[in-house]
Amino acid sequence: MPTFEALEAFLKNKTVGIAGAGGLGSNCAMALARTGVGRLIIVDFDLVTPGNLNRQYYFIDQIGQPKVRALKVNIHRANPEIQVTTYQSMVCSENIGHLFAECDVIVEAFDSAEMKQMLIEQASMLFPEKPIVAGSGMAGWGNSNSLRVECFDNLYICGDGTEEVSATNPPLGPRVGIVACMEANTVLELLLKKFDNEDNPK
Amino acid sequence: MKITLNNRPEEIDGKESITIQDLLTLKTFTFRMLVIKINGTVVKRDDYATTIVHANDDVKVIHLISGG
Repeated sequence: MPTFEALEAFLKNKTVGIAGAGGLGSNCAMALARTGVGRLIIVDFDLVTPGNLNRQYYFIDQIGQPKVRALKVNIHRANPEIQVTTYQSMVCSENIGHLFAECDVIVEAFDSAEMKQMLIEQASMLFPEKPIVAGSGMAGWGNSNSLRVECFDNLYICGDGTEEVSATNPPLGPRVGIVACMEANTVLELLLKKFDNEDNPK
Repeated sequence: MKITLNNRPEEIDGKESITIQDLLTLKTFTFRMLVIKINGTVVKRDDYATTIVHANDDVKVIHLISGG
């Protein structure tokens, strides 16, 4: 097994794109930053609101700030070495090609199913070789063992596939956090496949 | 004909080809938001009615629900 220093040195040269900086995106970004993924490209149009704090990686004094700006500050408080490129904009089918061209892996971290579908369709067509890691099904609490990762070609879906967020089935910190970290863990698995091949022959 | 549907072998009785739209109806996929791939290539929603699945194709129907 490699040392953490060897992994960090390898991951330093990797770029991960994160579409959305809410419950999935903010927690996934922090996990990847702490592990030492060298560059993160984070896109979100929204501002931090009090309702976000039950699950998103922001703090009370950041309410009202653009999420991407607050997240960059929080990432740098944990790991100042990470290069964080942010765009405060709405991801749409017209800008995906520009935003995520340099990424090794793209993380889908939106809230709405419509946006998830749009990103996966468009990014799969523009970048058929880039893996996409997405989240689907994480509302409520308990039942941790129903959360899993399913692989469809180079598309990876994390979640339970059934628990949709609604007014009576809210997204909460633990399950959203688990899925966000499942996304981060899947990203690492994909990036480190190459580490196994190139630098650490078995 | 035989196809692979979501990583499992599947027999489509009495047909040599089927549109994506008819396959979704046949298999009662009712989720509103789907991503569909045939042999690794994404098929856009607008093309479901005109895209044909042939024998031995690898079809993936991935449903997406809100939350994040």
